[in-house]
Amino acid sequence: MILSEQDLTALFVTLKLASVSTLVLLIIGTPLAWWLSRSQWRFKYIIEAIIALPLILPPTVLGFYLLISLGPNGPIGGLVDMLGGAPLAFTFTGLVIGSVFYSMPFVVQPLQNAFTAVGQRPLEVAATLRASPLDRFFTIAVPMAKPGFITASVLGFAHTLGEFGVVLMIGGNIPGSTQVASIAIYDHVEALEYGQAHWLAASLLLFSFLLLIIVYGTNRRYTVAQP
Amino acid sequence: MTIAVRFNIQRGEFALNIDTVIPETGVTAIFGPSGSGKTTLLRAIAGLEHADNGYLKVGDALWQGNGVFLPTHQRKIGYVFQEPSLFSHLTVQGNINYGVARAKDESSAVVLQQAIDLLGIEHLLKRMPWQLSGGEQQRVAIARALATNPSMLLLDEPLAALGDDQKADILPYLESVYQQLDIPVLYVSHSRNEVARLADHMLLLDNGEIKASGKMSEIFTALDLPMAHQSRAESIIKASVSHYDEEFGLASVAFLGGQLSVAAEPLIVGSKVRLQVLARDVSITLEPQKNTSILNIIPVTIDAIVKESKSQMTVRLIADETALLSRITCKSAYNLNLKEGDKVYAQVKTAALLT
Repeated sequence: MILSEQDLTALFVTLKLASVSTLVLLIIGTPLAWWLSRSQWRFKYIIEAIIALPLILPPTVLGFYLLISLGPNGPIGGLVDMLGGAPLAFTFTGLVIGSVFYSMPFVVQPLQNAFTAVGQRPLEVAATLRASPLDRFFTIAVPMAKPGFITASVLGFAHTLGEFGVVLMIGGNIPGSTQVASIAIYDHVEALEYGQAHWLAASLLLFSFLLLIIVYGTNRRYTVAQP
Repeated sequence: MTIAVRFNIQRGEFALNIDTVIPETGVTAIFGPSGSGKTTLLRAIAGLEHADNGYLKVGDALWQGNGVFLPTHQRKIGYVFQEPSLFSHLTVQGNINYGVARAKDESSAVVLQQAIDLLGIEHLLKRMPWQLSGGEQQRVAIARALATNPSMLLLDEPLAALGDDQKADILPYLESVYQQLDIPVLYVSHSRNEVARLADHMLLLDNGEIKASGKMSEIFTALDLPMAHQSRAESIIKASVSHYDEEFGLASVAFLGGQLSVAAEPLIVGSKVRLQVLARDVSITLEPQKNTSILNIIPVTIDAIVKESKSQMTVRLIADETALLSRITCKSAYNLNLKEGDKVYAQVKTAALLT
């Protein structure tokens, strides 16, 4: 076996984290992006700036604040504690929360652009064809924004895959629970286990590359079909 | 059923103030220059534009007013936008079924098939929107609106985005739609030619206000309105074919007030046609002329005379229920001593069939 059991577990945790985070991001990001693409609210730009923050913020800064707020004395941790839940810091759930914040702009921005590109007209047409607002959203806006959903999912997934700083700060590098591949690679390098680091790094590289190949291939078919 | 409309909409500098009643049958053209508020009015009727002080009653149903605002998807309308706006992710069939599936109570397989047949799009059903020409797309958009079996059809310059050839392709389809359907049609247009071919009634809009409303043929010939004074002043006459002369290629058509001969491709006796008679092609004589090349001489009464310039005047002539415009020189009017109420003869040099 080339990859040790711990390495495989780290890979598995990474994929699980990326999948769950992407799913959560799509569920939260879709209504948020829709609202941003439609709202005329004059202070909308403040929300947009907050969402874009992780783009420029060092991950350790984000991770530090998350660690504090997820801890038993922090606002989120305190709330969970009050409701009788287990502490979130150094758990997989905590990682998901961190990833959701960290990858938010990569999901919300493509979705917002895609919804903006759909425009008002198709929705007005649907309204004249007796479709209610919710009906219009699911049968017109979402299918027409499909390329945006593909881009958002891939970017959200891929960005979570490569996460390091945030995970390190709030995950605590617990094998089998919060140790992800990127940190496992770092550990191998620190311990001068270059061979193992190579295999794990190559697996991530190959996987990421394949993922992007599939997506760009699909998107290409999509655009070629509609000259 | 009539449609009572009262809207006050303020959009920046522009204000729309409408208070009118639209007839229950036939095609009502909303006509006016761009920026006059035609589209805003149509959108307000569809509920796409929210007029705060609005009142809209369609037959017995209150769509807006007294605290009521029926959202667009609950109004039984068919709406055709300026651009075809087909759903790009659905086939032509998918586009048409979209409305049908949501208007189950009104629509039916028969209505759906009728819409497809009327617009001649059977052979396009399996295609995607981007595989169609602009004209075909607009035909699909019209069929999609009709397939919901609406109780009112609203069209916002459906031909404006098309080239001349494609316009000519679609007009016959629109004509047959209007003839087959028994619902009110509101047709926004700034094309005089389209209005002449399609409309029965007219709302003349300018700068957000209704300047005139009534029968299309009346508004075209009313001397207190601008259309009769333009250089291309014309009268539109609804007539039916009474005889077709194969030898000379001439159709005799009868209208309320007389008979006219027009050069035309073979026509079926009894079919309804519209004639366009330009004011400059109508001259006036006191006695019916013999030995003239002009075929059409109609006894008329002078209804009104308005001077256009130093040299020209427009005369409104009445033959029974039909109004004709004549553009003559002031000198001729002086020579003939024309006065309102005089019984004279209109000589129509040429009349064109619009359909």
